[in-house]
Amino acid sequence: MAHQLAIGSRRGLRPALPLLLPAYLWLTVAIFLPLSAMAFFSFMTDLPLAGKEWSFTLGNYAAFFSQSVYSTLLIASLRLGLEVTLWCVVIGYPAAYVLAKVLKGRSREAIFLLVILPFWSNGLVRIFSWAMVLREGGILDTALNAVLPFKINIDLMYSYPAVIIGLVHSYVPYMVLTCYLTLQAIDDSLIEAGRSLGASRRQVLWRVIIPLSMPGLIAGAALIFVPVVGSFMEPRILGGRTGTFYGTVIEDQFVAVFNWPLGAALSFILLAVVLIILALAAPVLRRAA
Amino acid sequence: MATTRILEGLGRFYIVLLLAFLYLPIILMAAMSFNASPFYQLPFEWTTDWYASLWQNDQLIAATWNSIEIAIITTLISTVLGSMASLALYRHEFRGKKFLQALLFPPIAIPWLITGTAMLIFFFGVGIGRGLIAILLGHVALALPYVIVVVSARLQTFAPELEEAARSLGANQWQVTMRVTLPWIMPGVIAGGLFAFAVSFDQFVVSYFLSTPGQTTLPVEIYAAIRKGFTPEINAVSTIIIVVSMALMLLTARFFKFGGEK
Repeated sequence: MAHQLAIGSRRGLRPALPLLLPAYLWLTVAIFLPLSAMAFFSFMTDLPLAGKEWSFTLGNYAAFFSQSVYSTLLIASLRLGLEVTLWCVVIGYPAAYVLAKVLKGRSREAIFLLVILPFWSNGLVRIFSWAMVLREGGILDTALNAVLPFKINIDLMYSYPAVIIGLVHSYVPYMVLTCYLTLQAIDDSLIEAGRSLGASRRQVLWRVIIPLSMPGLIAGAALIFVPVVGSFMEPRILGGRTGTFYGTVIEDQFVAVFNWPLGAALSFILLAVVLIILALAAPVLRRAA
Repeated sequence: MATTRILEGLGRFYIVLLLAFLYLPIILMAAMSFNASPFYQLPFEWTTDWYASLWQNDQLIAATWNSIEIAIITTLISTVLGSMASLALYRHEFRGKKFLQALLFPPIAIPWLITGTAMLIFFFGVGIGRGLIAILLGHVALALPYVIVVVSARLQTFAPELEEAARSLGANQWQVTMRVTLPWIMPGVIAGGLFAFAVSFDQFVVSYFLSTPGQTTLPVEIYAAIRKGFTPEINAVSTIIIVVSMALMLLTARFFKFGGEK
């Protein structure tokens, strides 16, 4: 009896610790300590490794504010994130709805799998496979010219739309997944109740279905917006010379220029901006949920 | 009724369009791995040369194995640790719980570019350096929050009375967990595991900053190859990976219903 009582008592941190500790220790070593190290590092003049001389400085942050190229690129990256997220909502939400509410049984399972499967393929190759579709003389160009009576040149490769298309293709399954999970949890009888009480389809959609699936939309949007703002590989491959974004500049500091302190400072500015945006969105989302 | 049917028909058609959008480039990539022209030129001429030359490319094969091993280990570790943490957060009330839940947010919310470069600096500083161990450390940390979020979402649908009932019928904590709670949240655990595998296997950014020559994963190797010029060999290895992972996924689907089916 005493044993059972002890198990039944679920107050305090102590009984939860054995289950919690492994996961949180791992996160500390691999996420939180590195981020702290990076913060420290962004105030240094040079690597404190291999006996190099270093001192504290604000110069890395001053570089961001004194050279407009960095803020211009940051705004371009934020815009890219917003556009890709919107396209993912527009494309992914209806698909999630059809999956959750129209398709039934085996066909639903099969199509859900098909939507999720591209996750398992390599993101890079998916991005590059668009090069074959988009380039001049590529599949899109050839196919359209075979159908259309007049000659057009489709050369989207190395352009802003190419970067958008590639990123939407990469991230839309996230939106379908998160929206599907919340949509299929909505009881059909709620929808029927709304309809039988005289609400139109549109009213049911805007007053019942969308508010109830808001957590899924928000989760999907966050899962997409954040990596897109920090993306550098997709713009590099599909954007070519037009594909210089904030992320590609940070990458350069670490793999090409080897100015790690400046890279750390630029990363931290990006982090601050992302956190501010998420914090601004959070109350709106909580009310919506 | 007729309107409903038309709308449903449109919905189905829309799904077909979405699938076309998702699969067109992938199918194209697979097709090009069987095309003789090294510059992806048409007309199509059948060949399996690219697959043959793949087996000569030791670097690519080594990187592929690294990717698979790291993804599997990441899935195992993060699914177990993540499910444990979800259970603790679900069952127990304690001060600082909100804070611990908020701590899951940074790994998801912070762009991989930032996390990756921070890991590079830290691992370099403490002497772990770059390489497969560093990549594994990073992948598990990235996958953990996804597992916890997905499993916790599933736990929200769990009725705590079921645990109470089992306990009052004499089951101990272990039995309650294994025979009542775990079977219920299994779809969430599986979904979380699949997420973890995908996060690791598809992960390029963090691996890119943490890899060294010889200790890389497939995406990093492919990125290097793309910069040198894309070859049908890459199409070939990608096609193999896609076919294998699809088979794995379909197998999983045969045994478990996932996706939150009740």
